[in-house]
Amino acid sequence: MNRRYTFWGVVILLAAFHLVILSAGFFSPYSYSEQHRDLPYAPPSRIHFIDSQGHFHVRPFVYGWKYDAHSPGSYVADLATPYPVHVFAFGSAYKIAGLIPSRIHLFGVDPPGSIFLMGTDGYGRDQFTRFLYGGQISLAAGLIAAALSLALGLVVGSIAGFYGGWLDNALMRGGDVFMALPWLYLLFAVRAALPLHVPQGQIFLLIVAVIGLIGWARPARLIRGVVLSAKERNFVLAARGFGASDFHLLRRHILPRTYNIVLTQMTLLIPQYILAEVTLSFLGLGIGQPLPSWGSLLSALQEYYVLASYWWMYLPAILLVPVFLAYSQIANALQELFSPVAL
Amino acid sequence: MRPIAFSRTAAAVCVLLAAAALSVLAQPAQNASPAQQAIGKRGGTLTVALRSEPKTLNPALATDQSSQDVIYCMNADLIHINRLSQRTEPDLAESWTVSRDGKAYTLHLRRGLRFSDGQPFTADDVVFSFRVYLDDKVGSPQRDLLIIGGKPLSVQKIDSYTVRFVLSQPYAAAERLFDGFPILPRHLLERAYRSGDFSKSWTVSSAPSQLAGMGPFRLAEYVPGQRIVLDRNPYYWKRDGAGQQLPYLDKLVFLFVPSEDAQVIRFLSGDTDVLSRFSSENYSVLKAQAAVKRFHLDDLGPSLEYNFLFFNLNDLRGKNLPQIAEKQSWFRDLPFRQAVSQAIDRTAIVRLVYQGRAAALAAQVTPGNKLWLDPAIQPPVQSIDRARQLLKSAGFSWRSDGSLVDSRGKSVEFSILTSSSNAQRTKIATLIQSDLSALGMNVHVVSLDFGAMVDRLLNSFDYEAAIMGLADGDADPNTEMNVWLSSGGMHIWHLNETGPANPWESDLDHLMNQQLVTLDYAKRRRLYDQVQQIVARQLPIICLASPDVLVGAKDRVGNFSPAILEPYVLWNVDRIYGH
Repeated sequence: MNRRYTFWGVVILLAAFHLVILSAGFFSPYSYSEQHRDLPYAPPSRIHFIDSQGHFHVRPFVYGWKYDAHSPGSYVADLATPYPVHVFAFGSAYKIAGLIPSRIHLFGVDPPGSIFLMGTDGYGRDQFTRFLYGGQISLAAGLIAAALSLALGLVVGSIAGFYGGWLDNALMRGGDVFMALPWLYLLFAVRAALPLHVPQGQIFLLIVAVIGLIGWARPARLIRGVVLSAKERNFVLAARGFGASDFHLLRRHILPRTYNIVLTQMTLLIPQYILAEVTLSFLGLGIGQPLPSWGSLLSALQEYYVLASYWWMYLPAILLVPVFLAYSQIANALQELFSPVAL
Repeated sequence: MRPIAFSRTAAAVCVLLAAAALSVLAQPAQNASPAQQAIGKRGGTLTVALRSEPKTLNPALATDQSSQDVIYCMNADLIHINRLSQRTEPDLAESWTVSRDGKAYTLHLRRGLRFSDGQPFTADDVVFSFRVYLDDKVGSPQRDLLIIGGKPLSVQKIDSYTVRFVLSQPYAAAERLFDGFPILPRHLLERAYRSGDFSKSWTVSSAPSQLAGMGPFRLAEYVPGQRIVLDRNPYYWKRDGAGQQLPYLDKLVFLFVPSEDAQVIRFLSGDTDVLSRFSSENYSVLKAQAAVKRFHLDDLGPSLEYNFLFFNLNDLRGKNLPQIAEKQSWFRDLPFRQAVSQAIDRTAIVRLVYQGRAAALAAQVTPGNKLWLDPAIQPPVQSIDRARQLLKSAGFSWRSDGSLVDSRGKSVEFSILTSSSNAQRTKIATLIQSDLSALGMNVHVVSLDFGAMVDRLLNSFDYEAAIMGLADGDADPNTEMNVWLSSGGMHIWHLNETGPANPWESDLDHLMNQQLVTLDYAKRRRLYDQVQQIVARQLPIICLASPDVLVGAKDRVGNFSPAILEPYVLWNVDRIYGH
């Protein structure tokens, strides 16, 4: 009983999170490419209710950041100028879910003040805004690519496991070849064959296709193993004895036993694929500036100086931990739901 | 002139600097460096990180930075450029004279010197070395520097300690040329050279007994993938002010540490003693720990490296790149390039990309190059209004959504190519993208791996605009010849030109060739000022910023005296000591 509530709680939270990501323009105060050039690597704004004189304000406010003259590169709050936080503030133009144009943002402060819930990056761009927008690309790419490689893996793995013999050999050795291919050089070649600038839409499809196609061999192997053991089970042999067709056997009795693997692979692959986009970006095949992706937000942490100096650059990574935990929670719950009654 | 990280050109292209051109006659034959260095104590080890393993220890074949750094410590040249004063000083040649017509240089060698294997050094070694450097079949990267006025210089032995070099035409401050040519031991290399095996001699894995040089250190040990160890050359001829034989250090260890971040961490953890070639971001991180960890960092001011944006002005006939060829009608338009230059916020580049440790540029000469900078040219201050006027005057207009269109109604859209391994230049491109969007230009940043980028820039010409950097091995304009001559190999915006494409390019050709044969510094400088003015006015490349040279060393490293010329920290390695 209790578990069911947790499950639905997680589902609702995840749904809300995805809704926020989808309408990133509304929830974020700025545009993802807006550069606040006076505020590179500014720490997150603190939201205040009590001012320096000790007065309480119902409307929260933030202080502006000023360069700290004593230690270059760091900021101090400028207590002289509070900026109240407005709800439904008017700001830069965006489109909700890519369709409905709007200029209303959930919150914001009047310039020259600024509000950065998660600080800014090296260009003075709002990390919170970039985190939300980045999710649009990364989640879609990660989900679709994972689904693609699992679907391929499922088809190849179950055929190989079920029919065995030369077909099995051919498919699995084919998978070995795929795993052994020097992908890096293949990607170099792909990049060289493409025009210099590839439109974002095409790049997105390309990322999904490349990541999805590279990754199918490993899940195919796992699934083949499960199918191989399942097809010798007594109930499968019995069904075959009653004259069930191959397709029926696969669909009704064998594939359900692979759901565990599929779901666990899914939860493993999605984060992996989100990061794979960074590698592609390095080769000029990924999302280009100024569009954000979670991969590019995380890759900023690969630089030692960021790691050592700006703690708020960890925030996207920290925020993603519960998101991926929620995914694996759902996978667990679905697994229980789908797994056949224990025999 | 050396493109940064273009390893093939990383020749020790050290040529001249100004004041040297004034004193054409023999200089005092004593090794008094201007920054008089302290008397050190003998003993100890200095550990330095190299970004990659050296590919060779052969001075006539080295093209990569790591090889050159190691070779620098094992070899010596006839006339040396003091990296700090940027002037020439006698080295293996104790004095020299120049003929009245400026074509013949007679060098008098020091007597009684020995290579690190104990064999004597004579004029035969000098003649042999230059025969190797000049040999087409050896393919030495420095060879081009010895071809003056289309003819190779000739080398004659006068006696065992006198050598004469004859040039086909006068060459400004030619004595600076000698800095890039370490003297090779004839007794060890002549056989390999005659049998055609020269390219296989003196690899990193050669036995230490096969190598010998005139430098302060000699090869002791090479451990593949880990380190190369040099020890004291017992025959090194230099002595300090107290008459003590140099070098002070017993050993010099080069560790192979592949990335900048790893080098910073190894330095922080005390594994290496000195650090150079790191970013301003890492400088800030290190600075915070300097006092506790007992090291110090120095910002030496702007380097000789200039970073710039340039458009593809190559001749694309026969290249099948119709889209780029069409866009070239904008790129060839001077007001278009001026508008782009005017719209770029160079101060933001200095502040955001380099944390203020850089200088904005107007032309190719950086403020670090004090003898050749034309101070009359100021870096442009960003002005979107002025940029818009320029575009309007050239027939561009704006759609209602603010996007820029040319006179035929075509949207202005192009991509800027950068190398993905260079975070700073990608960052510059992203800032420029944002600046130009204020003009209604739709700019894409395309970052490719270094090899792919170079291939597009130098071979296929399949790019629209790009950002790159060039750095000089020396402060002298002669190192820039291959950039500004229309026939030059680094004439990057328009390669393989059959002749100057514009009047101002023929002016550049004329001025560069003129300064090459002008021996008077003031006259040369006026010529080179004009070159800078043309670059700033015609914008074949749009110069952006020059990063500072940043170095660090443990407090216990004595005589640490970094310079803005390569090798920044090891140039005086014979005098560095531990205390």
